Amino acid sequence: MAELNSNIPAGPLKDKWTNHKNNIRLVNPANKRGIDVIVIGTGLAGGAAAATLAELGYKVKAFCFQDSPRRAHSIAAQGGINAAKNYQGDGDSIYRLFYDTVKGGDYRSRESNSWRLAEVSANIIDQCVAQGVPFAREYGGLLDNRSFGGVLVSRTFYAKGQTGQQLLLGAYAAMNRQIGKGKIEMYNRHEMLDVVIVNGKARGIIARDLVTGKIERHGAHAVVVGSGGYGNVFFLSTNAMGSNGSAAWKIHKKGAYFANPCYTQIHPTCIPVSGDHQSKLTLMSESLRNDGRIWVPKKMEDVEAIRNKTKKPVDIPHEDRDYYLERRYPSFGNLVPRDVASRAAKERCDAGYGVNATGQAVFLDFASAIERYGKEQAHIQGLDENDKAIVTKLGKQVIANKYGNLFQMYEKIVDQNPYETPMMIYPAVHYTMGGIWVDYNLMTTIPGLYAIGEANFSDHGANRLGASALMQGLADGYFVLPYTIGDYLADEIRTGKISTDTPEFEQAEKDVVERLEKFINNKGTKSVDSFHKRLGHIMWNKVGMARNEKGLTEAIEEIKALREEFWKDVKVPGGRFEYNEELAKAGRVADFLELGELMAKDALVRTESCGGHFREESQSEEGEAQRDDANFFHVAAWEYTGVPSEAILHKEPLAYEEIEVKTRSYK
Amino acid sequence: MDLTLKIWRQKNADDKGKMVDYPVKGISPDMSFLEMLDVLNEELVNKDEEPVAFDHDCREGICGMCSLYINGEPHGPDKGITTCQLHMRHFHDGETIYIEPFRAKAFPIIKDLIVDRSAFDRIQQAGGFISVNTSGNTQDANAIPVNKHDADLAFDNATCIGCGACVAACKNSSAMLFVSAKISQFAALPQGKVEAEKRALDMVHQMDVEGFGNCTNTGACEAECPKGITLSSIATMNREFIKASASTKQ
Ligand SMILES: Cc1cc2nc3c(=O)[nH]c(=O)nc-3n(C[C@H](O)[C@H](O)[C@H](O)COP(=O)(O)OP(=O)(O)OC[C@H]3O[C@@H](n4cnc5c(N)ncnc54)[C@H](O)[C@@H]3O)c2cc1C
Ligand code: SF4
Ligand code: FES
Repeated sequence: MAELNSNIPAGPLKDKWTNHKNNIRLVNPANKRGIDVIVIGTGLAGGAAAATLAELGYKVKAFCFQDSPRRAHSIAAQGGINAAKNYQGDGDSIYRLFYDTVKGGDYRSRESNSWRLAEVSANIIDQCVAQGVPFAREYGGLLDNRSFGGVLVSRTFYAKGQTGQQLLLGAYAAMNRQIGKGKIEMYNRHEMLDVVIVNGKARGIIARDLVTGKIERHGAHAVVVGSGGYGNVFFLSTNAMGSNGSAAWKIHKKGAYFANPCYTQIHPTCIPVSGDHQSKLTLMSESLRNDGRIWVPKKMEDVEAIRNKTKKPVDIPHEDRDYYLERRYPSFGNLVPRDVASRAAKERCDAGYGVNATGQAVFLDFASAIERYGKEQAHIQGLDENDKAIVTKLGKQVIANKYGNLFQMYEKIVDQNPYETPMMIYPAVHYTMGGIWVDYNLMTTIPGLYAIGEANFSDHGANRLGASALMQGLADGYFVLPYTIGDYLADEIRTGKISTDTPEFEQAEKDVVERLEKFINNKGTKSVDSFHKRLGHIMWNKVGMARNEKGLTEAIEEIKALREEFWKDVKVPGGRFEYNEELAKAGRVADFLELGELMAKDALVRTESCGGHFREESQSEEGEAQRDDANFFHVAAWEYTGVPSEAILHKEPLAYEEIEVKTRSYK
Repeated sequence: MDLTLKIWRQKNADDKGKMVDYPVKGISPDMSFLEMLDVLNEELVNKDEEPVAFDHDCREGICGMCSLYINGEPHGPDKGITTCQLHMRHFHDGETIYIEPFRAKAFPIIKDLIVDRSAFDRIQQAGGFISVNTSGNTQDANAIPVNKHDADLAFDNATCIGCGACVAACKNSSAMLFVSAKISQFAALPQGKVEAEKRALDMVHQMDVEGFGNCTNTGACEAECPKGITLSSIATMNREFIKASASTKQ
């Protein structure tokens, strides 16, 4: 059993990172050339790490399953990235960003990590701008900011609704520079299928070339996993189709602890499910809540009229609308954090006020913003502020400038024009705050194995505030891991090249091949997707937005049974030595069928509500989440034993030196 | 809707490949084009046949992975979108739809509808970056103000998703639009200026090495680009290239 030591440096919170950097061991540049590092994933975390490690002089091999690093899931992030720059002079500071992060995470994140994240955040923006990332600018040439849910300052940097794309292309460019120099060997269309442990240390991986099907062994002195989140366990989510939990799950099975697996963020503003055929859900950036107002009708007869299309949403007069977020949370209004906004939408829809055919949608309305901006513009341009046509036209232009591509995306999917009629939105699975347990150095419980970005657990607590995942991915990749990994690698300078001809590699390869063969030869009757969809149903209904003891207990049993059926009856056409998407998917779904069970177990044991984890048994009279600090002020880190729901629980106690732990309120 | 799909099937790079007919039934107009293919693939798997291989990931028009040639057009008939954003409401009951891979010498076929676009990566590796260390020692981001017009221009070019539709649409299989997008992004920003000449020369050189054709100003690329990259980017690139070629520094 590995020791759960978070290795948080001593000293005052504000100085921990600086002191740690000053004391950490360095590797001589000449020695770095003899050290190999494998990086799994080329999203913001992996891409930034690969580029920086190569630049420092290590020999890097980077892997991604897409055809190019530029297509990692990070590319899809829309809204923005936070940084404590206080460019707007609205009182922002490292402390405030730290405070909002910890509070937003419902006091379930690691204090030292959250502080470090806030501390390096400003640097990220400088770095990206130097790389040519075209953030939005004001007319004076300075960077523009917007605000996001859960905070009262404007600290979010953005590039229209395509911030993730621009940041990832920045990291991709930094990687390309190193690939061009021969410092990074890039393995596209390769999937890591196992990690190899030699004498207790991570020493390499087994990967499959997805085009030829060939199994490869790669040795290294350290392995870094930046494989992203596992939200696709729910089948329908905002994640890219290929996003999966396999790399994380594989290393968990080899001894890395999995922390807080039940913490799933449900994002409040997604396009609602329209039918059974659906393959994924599309996010509408949270930044829309800066200008959009969320409502449902007050009267049931209006709800019905909208559903059977005898009334349009614009026909409902202002006084008959229930702007429920503004009503319940006057100080944050539409800008409450995601978990709060999601639950409030569910509450209204459960009460029968949902506005689409399935009853699972609320309105996100831009009419007020169009009017407000229109008047402002008319005033600036010296036009008639009372001319409705002019005001609407100008207002729409402002909205189009801010959110044009999101509005276009919505229109393409729903076939309605959101400039004319309110958008319909509903919560959907989005981000997983849980992940591989890591210490302050981002090392897992397996020496030499690191986890970064969405794949680890440490910074966000039970709920992630908007625009902070991009920040964390880049912080880990550019500024944290490249320092902290030196501490471990300093001992490796005399190790020499890692041989892949050892029994450990042999065994790992054999296990991987056996499993692939099993899929190919199984000749069952049901497709991989059919199992994934059934798993998703169980997860959404019983491990979704609201959880209770009965549902979670049932979920564990249902997942077990489904897993058994899967291994008996799954059908994978095609062969092993060819491009075979069904085979790749089968492996990922097999892992989800285990991970889902652990998520349910973690949720069952945590009999409190916190952030994205809402236990129905633990709520206040007004339906707000109720934490239980006396019993759950810890990170739940699970050790694999063979059956996911029988994993062994280890607790990392949480301690806050700098802030007072309070009940979270956004009223 | 009931449709007939004519799909290019090719087992691997060495196989000859052929068009195969597949009828699909009960397609909802709200489905995306890729979801329609999911339905077909599910049927094929259930019949013990190999599903049609096609590239996709984000399904929101941003990763640039999806790449189908639909009825003779990259990304299909609707303008300004990718294949994954195309919805079946653009087709009608009883229609026959031709689905083929992006074709170009520099994009060899991997399987069925999947092609190898790594030539694009190699062009970027030749110079599609600003040479700055990721050390965290960079100067304050607001130290160099950027004119909003320039920032927006850089952004518009930076939105290229590397899908390759421009190459597939071009009768010369030219990669000019793709390459010019990156060159124009950096040409608009102060940070990118220092190595602008070298960048233009190196990227254009690599484009030739990869076997992409030349630009004859047909404009098919611009018409099919899902991200609205314009021919004026190619003009910028040509300007940068000529400037660099004439310069004695190189
Ligand atoms: C629609 C959407 C919008 C978002 N908007 C925002 C936003 O505005 N602001 C914000 O802060 N966050 C946002 N997020 C969250 C954020 O985008 C992600 O949390 C973040 O990008 C994750 O980055 P990552 O580097 O950890 O992983 P990813 O970007 O998911 O990268 C994972 C990488 O791992 C590789 N990989 C995975 N498994 C394997 C394997 N077995 N073998 C080899 N390679 C593997 C993949 O190929 C990929 O390269 C958004 C997310 C979504 C879905
Ligand atoms: S220029 Fe347009 S068509 Fe060409 S790769 Fe970029 S986005 Fe695709
Ligand atoms: S699947 Fe990502 S752009 Fe189409």
